[in-house]
Amino acid sequence: MTGTASIGRRLTLLLAGVAALLSVLSWWMVTGLARQAAERTQDNVLAASVTTIAETLRSEQGEVRLELPYSAFSMLGAISEDRVFYRVATGDTFLTGYDDLPVPTEQISSGGRVIFDTGVYSGEEVRMATVSRLVLAGTQPVSVKVTVAQTRGGVASISAELSQLAAFLSVAFFLVAVSLSAFAARTSLKPLNEIAAAVSRRGPSDLRPLRRAAPTELAPLMTSLNRLMDRLGQSIRSAEDFIAEAAHRIRTPLATVRAQAEIALRSAKDEDQKQRLRQMIRAVDESSRSAGQLLDHATVVYRSDDLVRTPITLSDLVRQTVAGLEPTAAMKDIRLQVEMMEGKVQVDPVLMDNALRNVLDNAIKYSPPETDVTIAVSAGDSEIRIAVSDQGAGLGDGPVDMLTQRFQRGTNTQGVVGSGLGLTIAKDVLVAHGGRLELETLEGNKGTCATLVLPSS
Amino acid sequence: MRHTCLAVLLSCLATFVSALEIEDYRLFPGTGDRVLRVISTGDLEVFEPYLLAFQARQPSLSIDYTVVSSAQLYQAIRGGAVFDLALSSAMDLQFQLANDGFAQSHRSETTTSLPDWARWRDLIFAFTAEPAVVVLSTQRFEGLDLPTTRQELVTLLREYPDRFDGAVGTYDVRDSGLGYLFATQEARSTDAYWRLSEVMGRLNPQLYCCSGQMIDDVAEGRLAFAYNVLGSYAADRLARDSGGRVQILGMQDFTNVILRTAIVPTTARETAAAGALIDMLADLGQREAPGDWPLPPLGQTGTDNLVEFGPIRLGPALMVYLDPLNRRAFLTEWENAMEQR
Ligand SMILES: Nc1ncnc2c1ncn2[C@@H]1O[C@H](COP(=O)(O)OP(=O)(O)OP(=O)(O)O)[C@@H](O)[C@H]1O
Ligand SMILES: [Mg+2]
Repeated sequence: MTGTASIGRRLTLLLAGVAALLSVLSWWMVTGLARQAAERTQDNVLAASVTTIAETLRSEQGEVRLELPYSAFSMLGAISEDRVFYRVATGDTFLTGYDDLPVPTEQISSGGRVIFDTGVYSGEEVRMATVSRLVLAGTQPVSVKVTVAQTRGGVASISAELSQLAAFLSVAFFLVAVSLSAFAARTSLKPLNEIAAAVSRRGPSDLRPLRRAAPTELAPLMTSLNRLMDRLGQSIRSAEDFIAEAAHRIRTPLATVRAQAEIALRSAKDEDQKQRLRQMIRAVDESSRSAGQLLDHATVVYRSDDLVRTPITLSDLVRQTVAGLEPTAAMKDIRLQVEMMEGKVQVDPVLMDNALRNVLDNAIKYSPPETDVTIAVSAGDSEIRIAVSDQGAGLGDGPVDMLTQRFQRGTNTQGVVGSGLGLTIAKDVLVAHGGRLELETLEGNKGTCATLVLPSS
Repeated sequence: MRHTCLAVLLSCLATFVSALEIEDYRLFPGTGDRVLRVISTGDLEVFEPYLLAFQARQPSLSIDYTVVSSAQLYQAIRGGAVFDLALSSAMDLQFQLANDGFAQSHRSETTTSLPDWARWRDLIFAFTAEPAVVVLSTQRFEGLDLPTTRQELVTLLREYPDRFDGAVGTYDVRDSGLGYLFATQEARSTDAYWRLSEVMGRLNPQLYCCSGQMIDDVAEGRLAFAYNVLGSYAADRLARDSGGRVQILGMQDFTNVILRTAIVPTTARETAAAGALIDMLADLGQREAPGDWPLPPLGQTGTDNLVEFGPIRLGPALMVYLDPLNRRAFLTEWENAMEQR
């Protein structure tokens, strides 16, 4: 697995990123709206206040009179605890209030329209509402300007409060969105994980096509996966076919060569020539053995792909194989002793015969003449054991595991024809049946015991 | 050099003293150098227990206590006089000081535990709620039903003009900030105020600057009753001590309840100590039982259930009657009612 990030994490992060963006955006918008709303409320109250004051303006004996109404200020006190300032002036003459309030200097039409402005007074930001009204003073109408100002602490605290609430909601939204994203990512990746699990659950040589419902997005992947497996299977099969074919093609001419060499040996007089012919026969034997074993091995690989298990009596199986090797054993005056047990197994008879034959062949081949080879069949709780023991020299000092590898032969093989594939074949057969091959040298190098272990079905 | 310094100091002191009409003054010496300067409208005998209790907590602190009228207090703080704490019963003037930026904020656990109506912006803190009451002489009211509303009082005054002629006392609202606050708030809340003022005006009313003297005059029988007196425990006790000669009466139709408030002026130096004193006063203001304090708590007063009318709201509306134009208009009307010879 190389380090590109997982799709699930990437999907989650992407969705979470979008959620975060939306959260911040909504928080920002709510904060802005809250501030606007609070400001508008203040403006409305200021406007109401300044208009109420302006409405009390009247002229008395040519003088502008004004009575600040109680409500004009109490309504300001009702919305927030903010400081209030005011100023009333006619043209340039200041009437009452705070003379130095920075009222807007521009000419205001006397239409009763309220003008808003923001400024700084007494060290604080203030919002000012100004209205102007014409009052008849004497004969001349004069324009009276009324300004009411209020600090903006209330606006700030309301918007801060709402902003905090919005922030809290945004965070909550974000958290929910993240967990939903993770959930969504996991759900949408589930079929993929299921396919991966199905593939990895398979045995190493299981190349059957995958048959399962997959979402449309994964259908191409499934198809190409199946096509790949199909091609792989085909190429393995063709390689095996090729090996089998090749072995076969080599064996036939070799048999001819051997027959000719035997004839030549019999008619040869010269000892030197005989020696060379014997060497030739031996090499041919070796090649022939190799070809045969290669063919067997290819058969094992091919058949273990889909095992044909047939119920078969254990004793029949052993007896047949033993009978097949009886002549070889007889040539070395080796006695084959069989300790039988009744029972049935579910195996591929061809492969099992192959495995047992190779093990038995070893026992005969690596034992001195006039010894015994014992084939003992026994059944345990969960397994059936076919132990083949001989009275040879044992397996030697090298690592035993090595011997089951392809083309690996022991150190005790001088003069013994062999290819190094026998134990490999036996082991592959047993593994294909869910069993194993156990190899051990008997105590005091008094022989070898090779055991074929099968699970009792 | 030394002399010039002293001269400057003296002249400074002189201007300061001349600007401030001090009614009473006491220094409560502490063991250390630090001095908490308090300016207040509350009489010394009323505030002494509070100051002593505070000094018991901070023995190293000296307390310099100056008693002035509420208008004087307002002028002093506006003029930049150096005080650490200003306590006043004229909540409108106190509010104006806070609104105009002459108070600095103080925030503590105690002040935040005050009810909303008892503080404004961490600048003003109320620590007592006291109703305006009528203090009357039982002797002068002998044989009369005691009035419970302004209308009844008006009727009584109309029926017995001889009995009450020259024997009616109230604040001179031109001099007394508290009197002005009571009058304006009452005029705003009940139309009976002007009717009562008209009737009182016809009876040659006695006008006072301060409640103490008014109560004394009632006790001595010079006045039949004093209208709009600050009904603190002190007045209560006085009534009890008088052996039945003086009685306190709350008006059932409407009663003004004012909040005695504290601010820390921007000129304050001992702000921590001032804050601590505010906390102590605010704590006492929230006490459940009346206890042995001269001033009532915020929640209840000894004089009936007059606080039910609720205290005058601390808010910008208080500044309305402080506006010079409004004040002039109100005083004109008041004078017309009160001074009709
Ligand atoms: N019964 C045995 N006694 C001693 N050595 C053995 C025995 N069986 C196997 N070996 C050793 O293990 C090696 C591997 O055996 P394996 O059957 O795979 O190869 P092989 O017998 O040499 O060749 P072939 O493919 O012809 O059987 C042998 O070369 C031999 O050294
Ligand atoms: Mg072999």
